[in-house]
This record gives sequence, C-alpha cells and structure tokens, in this order.
Amino acid sequence: MDKEKRQILICRGTGCESAKSPEIQKALEDQLEGTDVEVKFTGCHGMCQQGPIVIIEPEDVFYAKVKPRDVAKIVDQHIGEEKTVEKLVYQDPTTKKRISTYHDIPFYSRQKRLVLRNCGQINPEKIEDSLEAGVYQGLEKALGMSPVDIVSEVKESGLRGRGGGGFSTGMKWGFCQTAAGKPKYVLCNADEGDPGAFMDRSVLEGDPHSVLEGMIIAGFAIGAEQGYIYCRAEYPLAIKRLQIAIDQARENGFLGKKILGSKFSFDIEIFHGAGAFVCGEETALITSIEGNRGMPRSRPPYPANEGLYGKPTLLNNVKTYTNIPLIITNGSGWFSDIGTEKSKGTAVFALTGKIANSGLIEVPMGVTLREIIYDIGGGVLNGKKFKAVQTGGPSGGCLPESLLDIPVDYDSLIEAGSMMGSGGMVVMDEDTCMVDVARYFLDFTEKESCGKCVPCRVGTKQMLTILEDIVEGRGRPGDIERLEEIAWGVKLGSLCGLGQTAPNPVLTTIRYFRDEYEAHIYNHSCPAKQCKEFITFHILDSCVGCGLCRKNCPVEAISGEQKELHTLDQDICIQCGVCYEVCPPKVFSIEIRTGEERPVKEAA
Amino acid sequence: MESSLETIFSNYEGKRENIIPILQKVQEEYTYLPDDMMAEIAKYTRVPASDIYGVATFYAQFRFTPTGKNIVSVCRGTACHVRGAPRIFEEVINQVGLEDEGTTEDMEYTVETVACVGCCALAPVMTINEEVHGDLTKQKVRKLIQAKGEENG
Repeated sequence: MDKEKRQILICRGTGCESAKSPEIQKALEDQLEGTDVEVKFTGCHGMCQQGPIVIIEPEDVFYAKVKPRDVAKIVDQHIGEEKTVEKLVYQDPTTKKRISTYHDIPFYSRQKRLVLRNCGQINPEKIEDSLEAGVYQGLEKALGMSPVDIVSEVKESGLRGRGGGGFSTGMKWGFCQTAAGKPKYVLCNADEGDPGAFMDRSVLEGDPHSVLEGMIIAGFAIGAEQGYIYCRAEYPLAIKRLQIAIDQARENGFLGKKILGSKFSFDIEIFHGAGAFVCGEETALITSIEGNRGMPRSRPPYPANEGLYGKPTLLNNVKTYTNIPLIITNGSGWFSDIGTEKSKGTAVFALTGKIANSGLIEVPMGVTLREIIYDIGGGVLNGKKFKAVQTGGPSGGCLPESLLDIPVDYDSLIEAGSMMGSGGMVVMDEDTCMVDVARYFLDFTEKESCGKCVPCRVGTKQMLTILEDIVEGRGRPGDIERLEEIAWGVKLGSLCGLGQTAPNPVLTTIRYFRDEYEAHIYNHSCPAKQCKEFITFHILDSCVGCGLCRKNCPVEAISGEQKELHTLDQDICIQCGVCYEVCPPKVFSIEIRTGEERPVKEAA
Repeated sequence: MESSLETIFSNYEGKRENIIPILQKVQEEYTYLPDDMMAEIAKYTRVPASDIYGVATFYAQFRFTPTGKNIVSVCRGTACHVRGAPRIFEEVINQVGLEDEGTTEDMEYTVETVACVGCCALAPVMTINEEVHGDLTKQKVRKLIQAKGEENG
C-alpha cells in the first residue's frame, strides 16, 4: 500500500452507520470530487461509542463523533490548509486530553489486533482492498501443502475454539479429516446470540474475505466441498457484506470449481438464523440447518463423525476461522509465541456496560482483567466505583474487584466460575444490582431454553421465579440455599451447554455478592438502589424549583411553585425515576434511598 | 397473493431443509405468517402443517399476526440492560399506548424486545424500522416516537 497516499477512511460498521456515517461519506465524496484524495469506507474500528469515526492518512489523524456538518471543516482546514481540526480530534473521556493520532490512543496502543487485523483498514465490499491487505495468500500457500500438514500446523499452533468452549481446533480438524463418509461439510457459527457481544458481527462486516479464506482452507484440509455460514438474521449488514464477498470470491476463482487452478472445489452459502440462542450450540445449529426446531441432541456421536445430514462436519466460530490464514502464512511457531502456555493467540472482547471506552478490543491471552478495564477501557464510566465484570454472556459469571488480577485465558476464567465465552465483557458499577443481573440472565436463558431436557426447562424457570421473588420483595429465608441446590442440579443434569452453564450467573453472584442477596431478603433493601420495590425518591433542599421533574412526572407526584422547593408525594410515586433523570446535573437534588418504609399501595 | 407465493416456491425445492428460508421469505413479503400460507408451505414441502408450525413457533423471528406500520425493537442485551433498557422499554410502550409488547389497535406501532442488536457500545439501543438509535434516554425516546407520529401524519 502506498504509505504517502492521501486517503480518508470512514467507518461504516453498524454503530457508525446509525450515526449517519454514510451521509458523511457522501458529503466528503461530493466535496472532494476531482481531487486526488481517496475517500473510502471501512468496517468497524471497534470504538463505536466515539462514532462516526473518520481517519485521515498518511497522518493517522483520528476524528471522533463527526457530524455531516463537520465535513466542510475537514475539507477546508485539514485537506486545504493541512491543519488538524482540533475540536474534532478524539478526546479521552477520563483525562479529557485530546489525542490526534490513531495509534497513540491508549485504547488502541495496548491492543494486539490479529483477528481484527483488517477491520477498519479495508473497504469490506471491495475484494481489491482485501487482496492488497494479503487476504487469500494463506489459501494459496495452503493449496501447496498436504491436508495432513495443514492439520498438524493448526494443531501445533495451539489454537483453541473461539466460540467459548476452547477445544483444540487442530484436534477437531484431525477428527474430521480422518472421519469416514462423504460428502463432508464445513460450517461457520456466526449465530452470535450472547447479549452484549458483537465481535463476530464486526469481523463479518469489516473483513468478510478473511472468514471465507479460513473456511476454504478448512474445506481443503478435511476434504469438504460445501460450506455454510449460519448467521443471525438480526445482522442484516453482516449478511449483505458476506454475500458480496462470496460473489466476489466466486468471480475471482477463490470459490467454485478448481480453486486457483488446483483440483479442489468448494463453495459457501449463507444460512439465515431465525433467532434462537440455543442454535449457537453445535448440534442445535446443525438440526436447524436441516429444517427443524433447533434442539440439541446428546453427543457422541460428535459432528466430526455424524453432523449435517449425518455426514462428517466441521464447525468453528467466525474468529477461529479468521485466525487460520495467519497461522498458515506465518507458521504455527509464530502464533504459539503469542499468549500463555495453554491459551495461544489473542482474545477479542466486546467491552461494554459502565465503562469509559466501550468498544471492540483484541489483546494477547494472559493480560489481566484490570489491564483491559483500566488501561484500555479507561476505567468505570463517570468515575463511579467498580463492582463486577461479567464475561461469557448468559453462560458466564460476574467477577468482583478482588479477581481483577487474574490473567484472561480459558482456564483461569473457568476456575473463577466464569468462562471466556465468545467474548462479551460487561462492566458493572456500584449502581448495578447483582441480584437483578442474575435475574436478568435467568430471564434470558429461561426464555431461550429449548425445553427438550427437564433440568434446564424446569430448573431455569424455578431459579427465575425465586430471583423475581427476591428482587420484588417476596424473598424468604432459605432462598439462597434453594437457588444453589437447583443451580447445581441444572448444571450437572442438562443435556447441552446452554443448561450446563445457565446457572453460572446465579452461582457467581451468590459466591461473590452474597451480601446483596441477604440485603434484599432480610433487610428489604437494594444496595445498588435499583430494585423498585426497595427504593424511594426524595427531593433535597437544594432544589431550585426549575420544574423539570414536575413537568416530566407521569403520575403528577411532584408539586411546587416555580423557583420554589418542590415536594414529592410518596403515596403517588411509582418509582419510575424520570425525576432523577431530568434533574439538571448542576442541581442534582433528587436522592434515591433504600431500606426505608414505603406507603403500602393497593393492588392495581 | 397466490402468485407471489409461487414466486417464492420457484426459488426453493420442496424439501424440509428449505422450510426456514421459505418461512423467512413469506414473512418478508407479508410481515407475518398467515395461516393459509402455512398450509400451502406444508403441501409444497410435503411436511405436515403441524410440523411447519412446530418449526415456526420455535424461532423468535417468526410472527403469526400482522405488524403495525412501524416496528420498534428495544434491545434487551446485557450492556443495554445495565444502562437502563427496562426504563427505555417502559417509555416506548407508554408513548405508543401499549401495556406490553404487541401491536397498537390503530396498527401504527409494533413494539418488541430483541436479544441483542450488537450495538452494545451505544447502549441503551432500540431500532425503529431497522434504523438503529443509540445512547437513549426517556426524553430521547419521547422525541423519536413523536417525530415518527408526525411523519405518519
């Protein structure tokens, strides 16, 4: 790539698109028509909160939160006068310092981007960009190797499945390669159902050709001719870009008959998932493609021997496939030098929740949770106190401050009661109620439980009922012990990963935040002041009588003359919290208290 | 009506593995899955209608009643939840005049919750007719819904 070339990169991931980045691209193109400045759009940069993001090369200048009306300024001042537009430069939310160059921003400078190598760098809808970035070079090399050598290379790299389970990818490939039966299938699991995670979406939207390349190599290695990508229908942009990439790959001879002049033929189709979390489980996903209710079945037989239509089937996650071309191109030794002894390579996380820098990050395995949250994430949002970090989505757990120094790898997280999962990492602060978080996850898994096996179907329902009782003020002594007993029953007795891991949010919140459960049950209070049953709103004497809360209160519980102290009638208040939200930050006269007596309301 | 169903069928073989793609196409066309079409799909794929319903009811994507003109989907992902999604949902149903998820009587709005839109960095998030709106507050929701109302006249 010509390093000196003037180009403007506009992020068009789902986040930035929602903030009008296509309009910005159009305006830039219009205003720079006839100049030698290249305007191109890219996939996600991972810092969606700062979007839309515009990067100007070769200077590496990073403009954040750009609006369509800022385009003229960028064109006149930056391109015209060669002067950086200071007010658009990224501002660190914690230090308030402005940092103009992309690679100096702490959020990026501490990352190691392998899976995300091309995201935000290339135009995902132009195969030329991908080729220039080196995509399909791994495939070319692989076609010159023997399938057995490819599998042993993947084995030696130490790569483990990035969907969360962490099984050795090379071993899985080996099983499929030696499995008897034809045809064989290669499946890509892009059914990213974990709420709070969007790693796979960003890769599919930002670098679809690398995913295809990994799948094609897998097809060659195990002897398959057909691949399917199972992608959630909730990701329309990812599906669109994947389809464009597949068409381009066919036109350029990377897919179809006799790929790159070899004897190997392979093609890929997209299957639109119809919205069922359990379909992230491999046997459920396969059953779903076959046209059934997506329910898992017991293993063995494993899909490697009896998968799609009863044939040998290889199933890996999006990020697993994206790693493959790097391993083939650079060798297994290069890859296994990154990470820890048992967890090689990098981990991609969607860092979200109450965090200063929310976004998509990639770090070498083995860094600590503290480094991720404080050095990359910039700490907790608005200077609040850290309470917990949740990894692994509904299958994972909530870890407290005391565990922030454990290294991030498959085994340490499982030991702590959580799991790597596919990469969601949600930060929670002092305002997050841990009992409510457990209730939230159980509400999710209870709805998503397919109902096939009893422990999961009945157990999640019972746990949810107890948790609802606790947060709604009906908790009874013994509830915590009852929850623990059911949780272990579900964990040990369920058929698939969904049920086996569904109790993790309950067990970890009890293990690390038992005092919050006790406060709800015995003291009728919610330490985080979130559960409506246990809180009351109060107007402090510092109220200036601006009237905002009075006007916004949906039940007219607030009264008072303009510019005079307002009062709140506890008999009418429904604890909706609007007053707390609209009270001007400078005044901040609404206080939430917990554990106070509340007037008893008649049932509606 | 019949003819567009035939167009959909012409793209798929009448086999079990095509049930989900066919259902998706039908819903794309009609916004929901009408009963009479389900019977046609059963005939075409030679799979019992009860089985077709079995498949369709399993997945969150499929609906059996028509939707309103505007579809508002409030994200209930984890990041959205800890940043106040339940309150956003409350405001949405209040604004359009519903008690819970569902469609308004005048068929203007369908409100639903979705597992995760994947825009967690912009939490809390909702989509109105597939357009993503992030960093929501109750006030912002009110403005968005009111703007939709005016747009629709």
